[in-house]
Amino acid sequence: MRINIEINGDSYEGDVEPRTLLSDFIRHVAGMTGTKVGCEQGVCGACTVQLDGEPVRSCLMLAVQANGRALRTVEGLAGDGGLHPLQRAFHEAHALQCGFCTPGFLMSMEAFLRDHPDAGEEELREALAGNLCRCTGYLGIIEAVEQAAREMRGD
Amino acid sequence: MAGAALVKPAPFDYRAPASVEEALPLLGDDSTILAGGQSLVPLLNLRLARPELVVDINGIAELDYVREEGGVLRIGAMTRQAALERSELVRRRWPLLGKAIRLVGHPQIRTRGTVGGSVAHADPAAELPVALTALGARFHLRSPGGTRAVDASEFFLGPLYTVREADELLEEIEVPEQPDGAGSGFAEHARTHGDFATAGAAAAVAPGGPAAIVLLGAGPRPVRASAAEEALAGGAEPREAAALSAQDVDDEHRRALCTELARRAIEEAMAGVPRA
Repeated sequence: MRINIEINGDSYEGDVEPRTLLSDFIRHVAGMTGTKVGCEQGVCGACTVQLDGEPVRSCLMLAVQANGRALRTVEGLAGDGGLHPLQRAFHEAHALQCGFCTPGFLMSMEAFLRDHPDAGEEELREALAGNLCRCTGYLGIIEAVEQAAREMRGD
Repeated sequence: MAGAALVKPAPFDYRAPASVEEALPLLGDDSTILAGGQSLVPLLNLRLARPELVVDINGIAELDYVREEGGVLRIGAMTRQAALERSELVRRRWPLLGKAIRLVGHPQIRTRGTVGGSVAHADPAAELPVALTALGARFHLRSPGGTRAVDASEFFLGPLYTVREADELLEEIEVPEQPDGAGSGFAEHARTHGDFATAGAAAAVAPGGPAAIVLLGAGPRPVRASAAEEALAGGAEPREAAALSAQDVDDEHRRALCTELARRAIEEAMAGVPRA
């Protein structure tokens, strides 16, 4: 099937089988390898992208289901002014080691902080539960998201 | 196109009808309905499911609504779990649903996951079937031959197995009005947050009237704790009633979990009921 998906403002067209996963379209058709693929069964969160602004598992959608829709991936996070506050906070608070899970965390947390700018630590930990990290033990990640939240609120 | 052949699921034909009318003739033994996909797509990826035809009902806008009609809550089957979670109407009038929905997977799952999908998939560890059974919900099914409504207490037969026939589409979840002053509670135990629960309990208690207590993890489908319900209606304390809830559960660990979680759910529900 011929489909067209907007990713970070650019249009990507491709011929795919119905069974092609959205995560594989992003990586192999659009060539955007920032989005990582881990478990491919919706558990790890590494493949999280934003579909029309909401975080979704791209391994649990068929590419054809995103036809005509707008996606945002980690490549679309940094603006003209450099890194997104979340990216900068992850860097500064040592919230990553191998980095494989990071794009998923960033795309989940960007949407979360947009909707819950004043989230407390408990709420934040709950929001983070949908993404797995095997390296950091999460403390750096929690610190980074708190730091980014403060910066984005202008505290 | 480099790499376009990279695929996980086995091949299938794909149709995306835009209306219920268009969808019905496509349903049958060789087809599978794709709702939110948060349970079906993992099964496709693991090739545990190999349907010939996938009928994607995400384009059927008429199945996406949450509204109150004459005191009754009507939820279109394709309503996203996230939409139910955000619904002020649900939070205010059917708080048990609001409590249960927050325990379904993770936010990224609830963005796509649907209320109807959770019901029709009938995972024995899923929260919504348990909460909907406690609330006395009815499920509206449509096939080319007509429509029927099935009570939640009769809908679930076993793991991933319901009374829905292959040519039937779940259209709507209907939740009756809850009595004035009713309280509700939902408690569960999962090894990690957002995981499917090992055990859980939902309680809906009306002041001076009947109570509904339904267990998760006590069997292959939501299990009504009738002895506990009767005891509670007869004036028993939450702890006494809870002790009767899981007597038939063989596994000792699950029995202990169900009993404790029933106690928590009942206490939470009773705390919301005005004292006579």
